[in-house]
Amino acid sequence: MRRALRVIPRLDIKGPNLVKGVHLEGLRVLGKPWSFARAYYRGGADELIYIDAVASLYGRNSLLEIVRKTAENIFIPLTVGGGVRSVHDMRDLLCAGADKIAINTGAVNNPDLITQGAALFGSQCVVGSIQAKLINGKYFVFTDNGREATEREVVPWALRLVELGAGEILVTSIDREGTAAGYDLDLIAELADVLTVPLIVGGGCGRIDHMLEAAKNAGVDAVCASSLFHYQFLKSAQEDESFAEEGNVEFLKSHRGEREFMTSRLLPADIKQVKFSLKANGVSCRETAG
Amino acid sequence: MSGKTIVIVDYGMGNLFNLQRAIASLGFESTITFDSKRIETAGRLLLPGVGAFPKAMEELNKRLLLEPLGQFRSTGRPLLGICLGMQLLFSKSYEFGEHKGLDFIKGKVIPLRRPEPDGNKYKIPQIGWNRIEIPSSRTVGPASKRGLLTGLTTGADYYFVHSFFCCPEDPAVIAAETEYGRDRFCSVAHQENLWGCQFHPERSGELGLAFLKNFINL
Repeated sequence: MRRALRVIPRLDIKGPNLVKGVHLEGLRVLGKPWSFARAYYRGGADELIYIDAVASLYGRNSLLEIVRKTAENIFIPLTVGGGVRSVHDMRDLLCAGADKIAINTGAVNNPDLITQGAALFGSQCVVGSIQAKLINGKYFVFTDNGREATEREVVPWALRLVELGAGEILVTSIDREGTAAGYDLDLIAELADVLTVPLIVGGGCGRIDHMLEAAKNAGVDAVCASSLFHYQFLKSAQEDESFAEEGNVEFLKSHRGEREFMTSRLLPADIKQVKFSLKANGVSCRETAG
Repeated sequence: MSGKTIVIVDYGMGNLFNLQRAIASLGFESTITFDSKRIETAGRLLLPGVGAFPKAMEELNKRLLLEPLGQFRSTGRPLLGICLGMQLLFSKSYEFGEHKGLDFIKGKVIPLRRPEPDGNKYKIPQIGWNRIEIPSSRTVGPASKRGLLTGLTTGADYYFVHSFFCCPEDPAVIAAETEYGRDRFCSVAHQENLWGCQFHPERSGELGLAFLKNFINL
């Protein structure tokens, strides 16, 4: 049967800015999130994920304004996470325009939050977010944007999240995140084999080929990428003066290391290119025309 | 102007703001309310909703909305049920037992079948984009028949989140169909002034907006 793979840009937010790091750390500012978000929406993104990169650390939630501004003119599903600790936090984000709430640290500290959220807003609103790291051959759950280790292993925790009421699972490989080295296919396989709810995979996508590799697993419902899309947007912003204020072009011009990173591993692409390649390789994607 | 007052029925089932924002982006104001008078006098009525069918009927009941909805229906002005709101238009649902619906459209609401043990793998609920297939009888011919599907072509994808679907008794009610797993189901229903869509037009990109615009322009 046909199954349209969802292609999802992930936007990490710090304060008012879109940021990008390596292994979820060393964040640098790329620009204003909604400029990127609008370009992704227009290009045919199937969904967007916003993660407040620091909310877990400082216990604040500055996302609401960004979510509100995004929801005014973007009409695809929007998943938002980062620092969600209570059903109040969830309600605020949903009212601001989020469709789903991703919960990681909040669920590890208080698994009941998942159940409460699902009971109040429906399972379809609750995305169990897992940050995974490989240690001695086993995948462990981390919290606080990859900073805090837990004793939980990824697969049983994912199953537990579903049991508690999570409607989808978003897994991010901390080892791969920001490296453009490709998704952690072993991690994906472990989860894809056992999950009965949709699986969104992230961490490490640096080129279209990586998405193709992940899509080969029939248990993968959605692929998530950030650098791949963000750097393409910045490139186009650099070439187009009218976009110059939307992205942090100066940073591209001045960061030599970054350019090396881009030429070595990262092959940026926009949503249209991604979808074109996926389809050319037999992966079904959303059609926007008959 | 009052003929085009757009009212979104608020009965506590799900987030209605994104639907309101989608309508606003088309240049129209809408009111989110459970006030029976405003519902009865609406020019266009939207019945959205996510969650469980029995709970939704209970909430409509609690807010004394069954009669106003019936009243609105008899005015002949357009009503669009979205997702769970579409399902509520039907006679009965089998979600958590057997429950009566609004019974505006004859038919039942039943669960998507789970995958066969050694068959193709797919997930329930369906969450994601899927195509709607529009019979050619709906894409050509009089505008009244094309209605919300005006200008839309068969084969494009819309955003779905559901584990139950509607089975109208009268196949003529089926304005579009969608295939998922082992089922082929009615994804757009149309009967007189009543429309229903199983997908979320407010989350289905520009095509979803076009669908909503058609509804407003009916």
